[in-house]
Amino acid sequence: MNSFWIATIGTSVIAFALKYAGHNVPERIFAHPKVQSINALIPIALLSALVAVQTFTEKSQLMIDHRLTGVSAAVVALILKAPFPVVVLSAAFTSAAIYNWF
Amino acid sequence: MSRIESTTFRDSLSVSITVGAYGTAFGAAAVANGFSVLQSCLLSLLTFSGASQFAVIGVLGAGGGAISGIATASLLGIRNGVYGVIMAPRLKVKGFKRIVAAQITIDESTAVALGQEVRGESAMRQGFWLTGFGVFLFWNLFTVAGALGAQAMGDIRAWGLDSAVPAAFLGLVWPRLKTNRDRILAIGCVVFALAMTPILPAGLPIIATAFIAVAVGLRK
Repeated sequence: MNSFWIATIGTSVIAFALKYAGHNVPERIFAHPKVQSINALIPIALLSALVAVQTFTEKSQLMIDHRLTGVSAAVVALILKAPFPVVVLSAAFTSAAIYNWF
Repeated sequence: MSRIESTTFRDSLSVSITVGAYGTAFGAAAVANGFSVLQSCLLSLLTFSGASQFAVIGVLGAGGGAISGIATASLLGIRNGVYGVIMAPRLKVKGFKRIVAAQITIDESTAVALGQEVRGESAMRQGFWLTGFGVFLFWNLFTVAGALGAQAMGDIRAWGLDSAVPAAFLGLVWPRLKTNRDRILAIGCVVFALAMTPILPAGLPIIATAFIAVAVGLRK
């Protein structure tokens, strides 16, 4: 079994376990403000890191290429309060244009 | 279940279709990052949580190992567990129904349910089930379409898919940046992840930022 299968199955099993566990624990466990604060901050940290790594790295090397123009277009779309599909598509169009022309 | 309120139905359906359509981006990105069409579809069926799914394909796509991918996806999945804590006393279901409820406990079903609370307990529950099932249906259908589409594309860079993935992450994180502390954390994690990329094995620079989040959360 290769790493893609392990990742697919492992992620799925833990994802369900977390959801199901939530339905079975008493509500007061999450009442502590610091727990709520950390719970809100973890997605911000991980997603920001993923944006960075997916935009600026290639095989563990830092790199600036056509992806930066795509992600910049996404930033503009987000500032203009565009809906999610428009954000993703504007990045894809811009990036594809730069990649194909240069 | 009593009559379905039309406002609840409309809210649930509009969320289901728009969110479900992002499944196209996931399916395409998953294939672009080296997952097979079957694996992409299984992730949507079984993991069924957008951010976690994008995370695991993102980490493996960047050369990270299975454990790094699973860890990152699971840290993002903790959120759904918290939604479960919130929803369980409101849904009051047991046995098989609780298993089904758990699987469809995600950002959108929880948000729509809580948004319907002003219309009463029955509208709240309808909002949860309709949105949960609706997103599940459309998310999976669109994942298949995206995965097959990407498979037919060939060079994904020529279609801009390699930028669509980070743009999707950006779209997911953007609405969460509400305070200056959030924004500083985000920028700090970007800098940290990039600085660590040439040093640490792929995937670890991403997971390590979770500790920064914990440290920031524990301060004051």
